[in-house]
Amino acid sequence: MEIDPDDLFRDDEDDPDNELFQERESTRELVVYLVDASPKMFTTTCPAGDRKDDTHFHVAVSCIAQSLKTQIINNSYDEVAICFFNTREKRNLQDLNGVYVFNVADREYLDRPTARLIKEIDNIEESFMSKIGSQYGIVSGSRENSLYNALWVAQALLRKGSAKTADKRVLLFTNEDDPFGSIKGVIKTDMMRTTLQRTRDAQDLGISIELLPLSRPDSDFNVSTFYSDLLGLKGDDLARFIPAAGEKLEDMKDQLRKRMFKKRLIRKITFSIANGLSIQLSSYALIRPTLPGAITWLDSVTNRPLKTERSFICADTGALVQGSAKRFQPYMTENIKFSVEELSEIKRFSTGHLRLLGFKPLNCLKEFHNLRPSTFVFPTDEELIGSTCIFIALHRSMLRLKRFAVAFYGSSSRPQLVALVAQDEIISAGGQVEPPGMHMIYLPYSEDIRNTEELHTGSNVAPPHANDDQTRKAAALIKRFDLKDFSVFQFANPALQRHYAVLQALALEEDEIPEIKDETVPDEEGMSRPAFVSALEEFKQSVYGDNYEEENDAVGNGKASETSKKRKAVSENAVKESGNYDWVDLADNGKLKDLTVTQLKYYLTANNLPLAGKKEALISRILTHMGK
Amino acid sequence: MARNKDAMVLLIDVSPSMHKALPVIEKVCSMLAEKKLIYSKYDEVAVILFGTEETENELTKEVGGYEHVVVLQNIKVVDGQLVETLQQLPRGTRDGDFLDAIIVGMDMLIKKYGETYKGKKRLCLLTNAQFPIKYPLEGTKEDQVSTIAEHMNTHGMRMESIVVRGSLTGEANKSVMDENDNLLGIFSRKTCAKLVHVESPTSLLGALRTRKISPVTIFRGDLELSPKMKIKVWVYKKTSEEKFPTLKKYSDKAPPTDKFATHEVKVDFEYKSVEDPSKVVPPDQRIKGYRYGPQVIPISSAEWDAVKFKPEKSVKLLGFSDAKNIMRHYYMKDVNVFIPEPGNTRAILAVSALARAMQDMNKVAILRCVWRQGQGNVVVGVLTPNVSDNDNIPDSFYFNVLPFAEDVREFQFPSFDNFPASWQPNEQQQEAADDFVRMFDLAPPGKEEALPPGLTPNPVLERFYRHLELKSRHPDAAVPPLDETLRMITEPDKELLSQNRSVLDVFHSRFEVKENPRLKKSSRRFLRDKPSGSNEGHADISDEPNSSEYTSAVKVEKVGDATPVQDFEAMINRRDSPRWVGKAIKDMKNKIHDLVEDSYEGDNYPKALECLIALRKGCILEQEPKQFNDFLHTLCIFCEEKALSSFCEFLASKELTLISKTEAIDSEVTDDEARNFLVKSEPKME
Repeated sequence: MEIDPDDLFRDDEDDPDNELFQERESTRELVVYLVDASPKMFTTTCPAGDRKDDTHFHVAVSCIAQSLKTQIINNSYDEVAICFFNTREKRNLQDLNGVYVFNVADREYLDRPTARLIKEIDNIEESFMSKIGSQYGIVSGSRENSLYNALWVAQALLRKGSAKTADKRVLLFTNEDDPFGSIKGVIKTDMMRTTLQRTRDAQDLGISIELLPLSRPDSDFNVSTFYSDLLGLKGDDLARFIPAAGEKLEDMKDQLRKRMFKKRLIRKITFSIANGLSIQLSSYALIRPTLPGAITWLDSVTNRPLKTERSFICADTGALVQGSAKRFQPYMTENIKFSVEELSEIKRFSTGHLRLLGFKPLNCLKEFHNLRPSTFVFPTDEELIGSTCIFIALHRSMLRLKRFAVAFYGSSSRPQLVALVAQDEIISAGGQVEPPGMHMIYLPYSEDIRNTEELHTGSNVAPPHANDDQTRKAAALIKRFDLKDFSVFQFANPALQRHYAVLQALALEEDEIPEIKDETVPDEEGMSRPAFVSALEEFKQSVYGDNYEEENDAVGNGKASETSKKRKAVSENAVKESGNYDWVDLADNGKLKDLTVTQLKYYLTANNLPLAGKKEALISRILTHMGK
Repeated sequence: MARNKDAMVLLIDVSPSMHKALPVIEKVCSMLAEKKLIYSKYDEVAVILFGTEETENELTKEVGGYEHVVVLQNIKVVDGQLVETLQQLPRGTRDGDFLDAIIVGMDMLIKKYGETYKGKKRLCLLTNAQFPIKYPLEGTKEDQVSTIAEHMNTHGMRMESIVVRGSLTGEANKSVMDENDNLLGIFSRKTCAKLVHVESPTSLLGALRTRKISPVTIFRGDLELSPKMKIKVWVYKKTSEEKFPTLKKYSDKAPPTDKFATHEVKVDFEYKSVEDPSKVVPPDQRIKGYRYGPQVIPISSAEWDAVKFKPEKSVKLLGFSDAKNIMRHYYMKDVNVFIPEPGNTRAILAVSALARAMQDMNKVAILRCVWRQGQGNVVVGVLTPNVSDNDNIPDSFYFNVLPFAEDVREFQFPSFDNFPASWQPNEQQQEAADDFVRMFDLAPPGKEEALPPGLTPNPVLERFYRHLELKSRHPDAAVPPLDETLRMITEPDKELLSQNRSVLDVFHSRFEVKENPRLKKSSRRFLRDKPSGSNEGHADISDEPNSSEYTSAVKVEKVGDATPVQDFEAMINRRDSPRWVGKAIKDMKNKIHDLVEDSYEGDNYPKALECLIALRKGCILEQEPKQFNDFLHTLCIFCEEKALSSFCEFLASKELTLISKTEAIDSEVTDDEARNFLVKSEPKME
């Protein structure tokens, strides 16, 4: 049984990765999704290529569902509420017409998403018309103002939590750029005014109101008609807000998704450029591996959570050691003691965070200069005015002269040399693909780089290099197998998706676990196209001649086949020996401990279990395997 | 154990032209010996010097010649003596002939091990190769060297050469240096060991490999282009972080007279129910649970095993793509290298053809990899070609892991063009920036690239091992200040700065940075360093900062009685030297300790609390949670012992907690532990 299987108490000083993965989420988010459910949302569609066209309503709801799933995976403490307006039925604490707050059991209106919420939101369109219904809420001849009501309900929902510890947002999905278009005259001005006032009130309370517009394929969503006032957009802001006409569904979804995700800062860094001149940067983690959530231990009898307490005991006397201040390293015959202060002192380098050392041409940054994910830095004038100007000037110079900056990042966990590579903005139909700024790439030290190429070439025969013909055939093959439009993050993580699919099924007590499509498998269909097959054959011929089959049977290195033969013999023997014992009987009668370690290992080898550990560990492993 | 024993012969040129480089060589060789003592204590090392006045070696006795070559230490297992010897190498007086030294070294290895020894036999040559070797009795120098290199190969020896040039040695004859480079190149090619030129002390430090790695393959098997075409490859790690060594906790509970005490600390775990903390649950009554939103879902290991994702071991090609589609900053982890199966000519050719074609067309390959059967997940990554320029080394690929969709956060940032004009640089400023970037060049054409990752050592590790060695001889030694060669890694090159003085001045004058006056003083954390060189009377190249409100006019040097909190904050914010942080913390601890000790009926408690709060905040800002947490522990124990437990209660009532992981990353304390620290009613003390 492992001592600390969930690594709760891993010594953080030994875990430099920890700093990268911990994002300082001191605030959480409370979000109300306000979705326009008017008939117009159900009739307008956007082209979806080879699939059936999707309605705007569907686009909005699927974006929300996707976001909730991501939220679950990121295990955040953010809370959401989903609220439809322009509905036939009403459901809200203020008893206002045309607003329906969607919810499921075991959950408050504004609360963390649960498995049931995700499931129901995924399937909402099936029952939407019957249960909730779609109806225009702002019609001439009536003073009903569903937009006003919706904002009121949203504001009330967000009363939970103070503005200091939580970011409050209302995300409004609609395709109607002129909500009061059907009203005329004084009533119209009146209604618009009260709606705007309502918005101001909400904004004064710290609630940020954001628009997620859905455009028709033939015309842009015109923000100036009404929403620019609501959002307080003027001049430059207005120009920047243009929602591009969604030509492809994917692009629209991309745009929406990007607007929904709010940036989270890791930390602010001071960048010391030269001679006392420093600027301030904000760092963001644009790319970090997402791991399935950590294990929580539960009491198997009650299924209630447990907490782990650890205490430190002196190995010699059994006394409790509290807050031990010293560490030691055995060296020669002695234990050399270090205090915690000394160790901090050794790791402490410069007082500055990031220090510029100079510039180098881009081709000095090799493919293998990588250890960890990079960090994105963007200037900020919040504390040091003038930072952005210097940053932009250097950024442009670096792009133009094709150079990157080398700097020393004196962080407390692992001081590191880094490369700052400038990135120019890249925009596509789906929005901003690459933000402008610099990427901080962590460079390895000489101790971290291994020269493995030199390993095996001890023979006197120089290894062959491909001749021109072979290279040409390879090139032809490469052309056939080109992945057009490959985007780096187009694959979903199959293990993670499966993990959460399993958990969702268990949470909802479903019988079956849905199959998850592994998007990372090669395109077998594409590979059986005749053009590809023939290019492959030609390449094979040029390198292997006719001997492909033979070559691949004869294992290159004699030694390798010998070891594998030996291993096979050992495992066959183990199976044979293992058959001589009645394991179940021995286990039931507690007689396993009477066997020798060698004998126990027969069982383990025969069943492909690991062999490591002392006798106790082996026995418990056998018992676990048997399910005892 | 014995099988992993390595033998190494250090061949060090101590001739007069090398004297400038010798101090660094002493450092790097003694560090090598030190690391071997810790991590590979059965390794054997010999030290041979050449360029010495005297002559002392076996070959000179047996066959004559081989003058000015001294065997400083014959081949034997590493010990403390070796470290000391290497720290103080004698200086020679003659020109060095490296070939003589090589032959003496080879002879030593052959005599000791013969041909059949399984461990590695390595020669390591450190020289400036500025002087010609003697002409052989027959044939050319090249032939002679080739024969010797062949001989080395037969005996399974490898020789790596570190050639010192540039500022580390004096002027020399170019044709001689070229000739020697050529000859050493023959050794490097034939024995497949590296030949490296270093021009700066820092690169010299990073050139000698001090840690032994036995490379293990991550994967051996087929690179599948399609089910009908597979190439046999082996995959190794190309980069892998060498971490700071894990030091075990020390327990001083055992009495000093106990000679068998290990002084180690064990960890004991207890599992308690969250709702009922008095109930202890035995470890085997636990079941795993995973979070799904607010719920925790129990699932046993066996159940989980049945449903989890289990990919098959394989490496498959998904396709090729333009290199520019894959941005450099998407690489997620450390790098692997794909080499064709050694000895398999067809595989070598196939890999070579693909690599060359990919390089010509500027394309990369996307792979889906599962290194081991039963691995938790697949890895999607990019293969980039590595066409080798050494004939003896086959072409290979580098492999970098790419992110999945879930790993990417698509934050949106404003476009630079949309910023107000005052935030954008004007023409003059842009020009100054261009000049600055051009001038501040670390890789000028014709000279060695400064700070190449492959030759730059990790300054933290260097510092640690040096301090370890120092402490083994003087247990109370303080941590020495940062060494000059290491400083080149952490600070800009002063020479480079002074050479480009005018460009820098222009840059400074055109740009202006000032603090935002609307921000509260306490939240300002920007830093301004004086380059440490300016303290030693060099040309003062640091300008006075624009606003001096931040650094106090009077430099506080100790935490006084009148205003301890202000003194502490001023001292800890001093930026002129890193040691003030440590001193501030230390002084404050003493102050708090004194306050508590001297208090009468709790009169000093509020002041002590104020100081503790300031100390806590300072430790969070400076990332020193352990210092605070340990101090609080010690303080409370002290209070118990001196019947001052009312202080602990006072702290508890004010809800002073330890610093937890969420507040400072380096803390080992979880949130629960932090909160519960002072609430414990009975202290667990023996």
